[in-house]
Amino acid sequence: MSRVRRARSALLGAAAVVVSAGIRRWRRRPSRIAPVTDAPGGGRWLTVTVNRPPTDVWAEALPEPLGRYGDRLEIRIRPAPGDRGTELAARTKDQPSRLATSLPGRLAGRDPRQGVRRALREAKSLLEAREVLLPDAPPTAHPSLGGRIVGLLTRRSREEGVL
Amino acid sequence: MRALCWEGVDKLAVERVPDPRLRNEQDVIVRLIAGTTCGSDLHLIGGHIPAMRAGDVIGHEFLGEVVETGPQVRRHAVGDRVVVCSFVGCGRCWYCANDLWSLCDNTNTNPGLGQAIFGHDTGGVFGYSHIMGGLRGSHADYVRVPFADYGAFSVPEGIDDVSALFASDAVPTGWMGAHLGGVRPGDVVAVWGCGAVGQMAARAAMLLGADRVVCVDSVPERLAMTELHIGCETLDYTATDIEAELRERTGGRGPDVCIEAVGMEADGDGALRRYDRAKQRLRLETDRPAAVRQAVRACRKGGMVFVLGVFGGLADKFPLGALMNKGLTLRGAQQHGQRYIPMLLDRIAAGELKTSHLATHALPLDEAPQGYAMFKYKTDGCVRVVFRPGG
Ligand SMILES: NC(=O)c1ccc[n+]([C@@H]2O[C@H](COP(=O)([O-])OP(=O)(O)OC[C@H]3O[C@@H](n4cnc5c(N)ncnc54)[C@H](O)[C@@H]3O)[C@@H](O)[C@H]2O)c1
Ligand SMILES: [Zn+2]
Ligand SMILES: [Zn+2]
Repeated sequence: MSRVRRARSALLGAAAVVVSAGIRRWRRRPSRIAPVTDAPGGGRWLTVTVNRPPTDVWAEALPEPLGRYGDRLEIRIRPAPGDRGTELAARTKDQPSRLATSLPGRLAGRDPRQGVRRALREAKSLLEAREVLLPDAPPTAHPSLGGRIVGLLTRRSREEGVL
Repeated sequence: MRALCWEGVDKLAVERVPDPRLRNEQDVIVRLIAGTTCGSDLHLIGGHIPAMRAGDVIGHEFLGEVVETGPQVRRHAVGDRVVVCSFVGCGRCWYCANDLWSLCDNTNTNPGLGQAIFGHDTGGVFGYSHIMGGLRGSHADYVRVPFADYGAFSVPEGIDDVSALFASDAVPTGWMGAHLGGVRPGDVVAVWGCGAVGQMAARAAMLLGADRVVCVDSVPERLAMTELHIGCETLDYTATDIEAELRERTGGRGPDVCIEAVGMEADGDGALRRYDRAKQRLRLETDRPAAVRQAVRACRKGGMVFVLGVFGGLADKFPLGALMNKGLTLRGAQQHGQRYIPMLLDRIAAGELKTSHLATHALPLDEAPQGYAMFKYKTDGCVRVVFRPGG
């Protein structure tokens, strides 16, 4: 019983990720009500807000996770409103293939936006907290079916989400 | 080392796992002196919170001794006796800088999972679902504490281990409910749940000047303990009509601030109770919100309902109409302990806040599964079990 329920609770987590991906995909479909400006699978700026003044966030001196992309990324930096720091955005210059941005492609880590999300999050952490927090290792003492599913999701978790 | 692991729904075991290592330069390693059970653990043990892995070490409310420090740790040294906030904050993101520590942007190592479920990720917490990051729990001989300069607090010598232990989670959670719930002198405050969190919320409301505090539960030992140690009024929801009783005690107005400290496995009565249980079992709703519903209905017009109890996702039959038409404010949060812990330790030292009575049972770590069974079923008057890995 417990094995089945364990797998089920892991699956629920997986389902939530898939559902939210589905919702975002659905929202991207062209609609008659409002024109959708971002191309499917790419084009949209991925963006984080860094709690540092704009004078501390330089396109020429971004932390290594973003810096190593060189000119393969477009970078946009602008002040955030109020006291919120600096908005740091990035997008890939090349359009990824449909296969790369499909769910299997993303689970396999083929979508180039995944690396950009991770790089943005890591750059933000480095600028704010001076380190990128690592999870404890090893994550668990037992291999189990449900655990492997959660493991697959957590491996991709810095690369997915709503950025 | 030994650690208490989640092995599946309603299944815990003490196992041998690798010792934690320093992984980041702002980490410390803490040797456990004492840790305790929390109602939040029950939700994940019961399988109500997704994204657990068999073998995950649980536990998040703890006190210990620093035994190793990373090279960038400034405020702690080996030998310090520290109480550690259950949520981890980096101290420098916008949320930490604005005292909303459990919303930290930099401590959840699985941000995509949290964002998929909640729209945004929360901060990281020890020993919880992977939705809230991949940090091991504290029911073990040792635990790694990231960003220790911000989340670990030295305990003044005059405070004993068990009294300080609850400053990790239950006390700041309760305090936050009363503080962010906006309790002011002259207010009448109602609190749902007489577990450690509800009791601490009630005490905080009194210290913030509430005129009258009424706590609701059904467990006789907990009601009696709350009257004796917190010094407020109590109501048994199985013995009386709570809304009517609260109206009567507040001149027909209803409580100014209603604090919910029950969470997603709330008990209830009548048809709605059966409805919630069936839907939760079938996974058609994740949360049983009986106490939140009652708080929203009982709250005075224009009042505040603060949700401290943990909810995982979706709740049904939520009285949105009452919320809107009565002009209520609904607020909730995982605890922002870093904001409160030093002040709370001072109050514990001064004798204003009593916590030691919460520790109704003490067990060695090896008996932690039995301890959780006792805590879950509230047998033998159990409110909190304290584990002392060192014996
Ligand atoms: N917000 C946070 O950061 C935070 C921190 C710690 C705990 N929590 C949550 O707070 C809640 C309480 O934690 P705890 O450790 O005190 O748990 P607990 O299980 O010891 O206490 C819960 C109490 O609620 C009572 N209860 C059940 N249904 C009720 C109802 N309909 N009306 C009134 N009372 C009812 C139970 O009898 C029990 O005494 C849990 O949901 C926990 O997850 C939140
Ligand atoms: Zn807790
Ligand atoms: Zn932070």
